[in-house]
Amino acid sequence: MHIPDGYLGPHTYIAFWLIMIPIWYHTGTKLTAELKSRQAPLLALAAAFSFVIMMFNVPIPGGSTGHAVGGGIIAIVIGPWASLIAISVTLVLQALIFGDGGITAIATNCFNMGVVVSFVAYYTYKLISGNSAITSSTRIIAAAIAGWISMTLASLCAGFELGIQPILEHTAEGVPLYMPYPLSVTVPAMVLEHALAFSILEAVITAIIFAYIQRTDTSVFYGEKSEMEMN
Amino acid sequence: MDKLTRNLAIGLVVLMIFVPIGLIASGTAYGEWESNELKDKIGYVPQGFEELADLWHAPMKDYNIPNGPSFEDSEPVASAGYILSAVIGMIVGGGFLYFIGKKVAKD
Repeated sequence: MHIPDGYLGPHTYIAFWLIMIPIWYHTGTKLTAELKSRQAPLLALAAAFSFVIMMFNVPIPGGSTGHAVGGGIIAIVIGPWASLIAISVTLVLQALIFGDGGITAIATNCFNMGVVVSFVAYYTYKLISGNSAITSSTRIIAAAIAGWISMTLASLCAGFELGIQPILEHTAEGVPLYMPYPLSVTVPAMVLEHALAFSILEAVITAIIFAYIQRTDTSVFYGEKSEMEMN
Repeated sequence: MDKLTRNLAIGLVVLMIFVPIGLIASGTAYGEWESNELKDKIGYVPQGFEELADLWHAPMKDYNIPNGPSFEDSEPVASAGYILSAVIGMIVGGGFLYFIGKKVAKD
């Protein structure tokens, strides 16, 4: 889902910079106001985790590959705002140092994997969890579903952004300038490979880590402040 | 460091060691093809794509040491480069956020 340079035309990638700069700014202000010293290690671990988990490429039939993002569990544990920052830091490093994802596409990729994954995962988890106890097994299922839906929706966004290129960017003769495939190809391709493979991997990872933290120390979960205040 | 943070950090180190497993998948992700792969698919390289694709030359492209061999050419070297990339990515990203986090934290 790391869109490289060359696939998105300027209309799209500039639009996403214009969307992401205020989001990053707002998040920075929000975290500066709310972040506790105790949360810094988790924020750091979150960035490191998303970096390493994205390196586990998984092959699927047809020759394509993909990977989990880790954003589901990160958003549930540290909250969607901190999560979008942790994943953004990872995506910037991946683009600058390792050439994974384009420079022009950094904002777009941060929108898909940072904003969409984090917020969809967090609110799906909260919605399904409802008033269940923090230690309830309902929450493990909620975490798994959050992981699956968040990745699948992010892939839908990426598929859409790629697929609108032939409409937005073409020569006078109609030849595509950037991503050549239309929405009817890119959306099913992106969504199906995620829904049937990578999002399932994300769901499993989200559920396993969630269950582990649930058994170890529920006070770290974002929004579960009662026990945290005592430390 | 509390027990949970320590155990999560240990888990990350384990993941880091096993990261070369991710190199076994040799295909290219959908929509991330290089220009030659794109040309094979559609018969031409889109003009705008050609202008943008080489905009940036990443020092450790494909999570490898600079100008390092591909996994097909040298599994040990590519694996070592991949682990080194994980170490760098995790330390730089995690370190940056740890530093910023501690700096802005209110307590």
